[in-house]
Amino acid sequence: MKIEVARREVPTRLALILSSVLSLLLALIVAGVIFLGYGVDPIEAYKRIFSGSFLSPYGFFETVVKAIPLMVCGVGLSIAFRARLWNIGAEGQLLMGAIGATWIALSFPEAPAIALQPAMFLIGFVFGAVWGLIPGILRAKFGSEVAITSLMMNYIAQRILEYLVYGPWKGPGEWGFPYTTKFSVSGQLPRLLGTRIHYPTLLLGLGLSVALYVLTTRTRFGFEVRVTGENPEAARYAGMSFLRIAILTMLISGGLAGLAGVGEVAGVQLRLRTGISTGYGYTAIIVTWLGRLNSLLVVPVSLLLGGMLVGGDAIQLIGLPFAAIDIFNGLILLFVVGGEILMEYEVKVRFQ
Amino acid sequence: MIDVIEALLHDAVAAGTTYLLGTIGEIITERSGVQNLGIEGMMIMGAVVGFGVTSTTRNVWLALAAAALIGGLVALVHAFLSITLRRNQIVSGLALTMFGVGLSGLLGKAYVGLPLPSKLPKFYVPLLGDLPILGPFLFRHDLLTYLSLVLVPVLWYVLFRTNFGVIIRSVGENPAAVDALGVSVEKMRYVCTFVGGVLAGLAGAYLSLSYTPAWSEGMTVGKGWIVVGLTIFAMWGPQRALLGAYLFGGVEVLQFRLQPYGVSASLLATLPYIATIAALLIGASERMRKRIGAPSALGKPYIRGEK
Repeated sequence: MKIEVARREVPTRLALILSSVLSLLLALIVAGVIFLGYGVDPIEAYKRIFSGSFLSPYGFFETVVKAIPLMVCGVGLSIAFRARLWNIGAEGQLLMGAIGATWIALSFPEAPAIALQPAMFLIGFVFGAVWGLIPGILRAKFGSEVAITSLMMNYIAQRILEYLVYGPWKGPGEWGFPYTTKFSVSGQLPRLLGTRIHYPTLLLGLGLSVALYVLTTRTRFGFEVRVTGENPEAARYAGMSFLRIAILTMLISGGLAGLAGVGEVAGVQLRLRTGISTGYGYTAIIVTWLGRLNSLLVVPVSLLLGGMLVGGDAIQLIGLPFAAIDIFNGLILLFVVGGEILMEYEVKVRFQ
Repeated sequence: MIDVIEALLHDAVAAGTTYLLGTIGEIITERSGVQNLGIEGMMIMGAVVGFGVTSTTRNVWLALAAAALIGGLVALVHAFLSITLRRNQIVSGLALTMFGVGLSGLLGKAYVGLPLPSKLPKFYVPLLGDLPILGPFLFRHDLLTYLSLVLVPVLWYVLFRTNFGVIIRSVGENPAAVDALGVSVEKMRYVCTFVGGVLAGLAGAYLSLSYTPAWSEGMTVGKGWIVVGLTIFAMWGPQRALLGAYLFGGVEVLQFRLQPYGVSASLLATLPYIATIAALLIGASERMRKRIGAPSALGKPYIRGEK
């Protein structure tokens, strides 16, 4: 028997998925060891997470609720990441989308739902897109790293939101809480009966996932995005404009995160307030990487990590802080990144 | 009036010390060709470990050593992924930040709201500390501030006047040439990444042991990312890092000073982040003008025999 290890140019689809699954498992094991050192039985913790998120109907519905923003943001991130623009500003773009939608909902409470809700999504998209566009343009024009600028924009968005809900937009009837008044009925997205699943955003996300898949794999623009990401030199020789790619991908990416923000205020919270996002924009980065920048794969992965977030609530009951979820997230990402080396090689076993 | 200026300058330096320590560390790392975006994660781990060790042992010096060590150890994870495995450094750094923020939240849960039993002592430099303006500005601080100040000329000297510095810079500019001379590119990059992590850990410990001084979840609030921006603003040079760090310290202090005049605290709190974006632009455009700056091999893994 002979075992050979050789470099491989293009990883097979199976290798991609296997390496994602393996990363997840390794992250669970290492996090388990950390929990053990903390006096928490990891098997018990995982059991709680899993049964809390997937086995009860209520838990599963909540998993879907948390998966919606992850999916919508993740789909948008997939195209930016394909262009190698490291947009880690989805969190801020989501908040800006929420602010945009709130602005419309509070300005036209009397408008009929059929006009108001599309307008909220539209303005939410625009607000998120602008927030994504700024780092994109700065990257193309001045060469500033998108990772840093988009992250700075997160903090700025967060402070603007705080300013609004503590200041001019603070609802008079909210007992001093930093909340706006509740949206009028026409500003509230419809939900599946008895759940918090705001299905317009869910359907929008599923549709966008397919649309972006087609866009990246079947169109000239998608081809240009991939070439620009993988080989910017070649893209330049071929006459592709980096500025155009940076603007369009960051606009889509930011806009989609903005839509996720609309869903959160109009479908879940029904008002703008602090803490509308528990780091969805950051977790979406993991979703996109685990989904291998494929917007279709983003859908199942968002459900998985949505479940993890719901489980995060459950594990707080056994004495772990919510931040423990960040440990998972960080570990998953570390293993996904590290594990990619396995995909560059293939192992051949030959029997002689 | 002079009191206000003195207080402002003193506080700007106090606030800037975290930035200075972090930026000096990142300059060392990036000069060797490795970009570590995990500063925030290393910093917050330094903050929580520093606070935890002080809480249990009441020994600040032991706490500083522990914070430095944890920063270095976390940086080694990044070093392994980016140098040995040659993975994407941006994603690896981001993962490190998430992991550090999460783990610090877990480790620090017991310390939230606790008072610090023993603060990092301040040293009032005799005579110099009595000077008007200059005294409060530079000579009434604690050890970490003095350490960061001393590190500026030391780093300049090492980078630009010693053989060792030439090697560090060459590893970041032209690793193949260094490799041909028989110097291990990987080893140099490991050392520089580790040192960068040590300084980030100290930067975090300074927050929880002196500047704040307390532990709260997520207390670094993006300061690690600001450091990454400052490194570019500093054009990878220690003198400009000093300028940038105190400028940012000043911006941070200003936001508290302006609050009584009726400006929204939330909006003022955006200043450091807006300033970082502005600093990036200044750093970047000047870089284009002078054609110096970024180490050519920054962020690129070195593979012998490949361009």
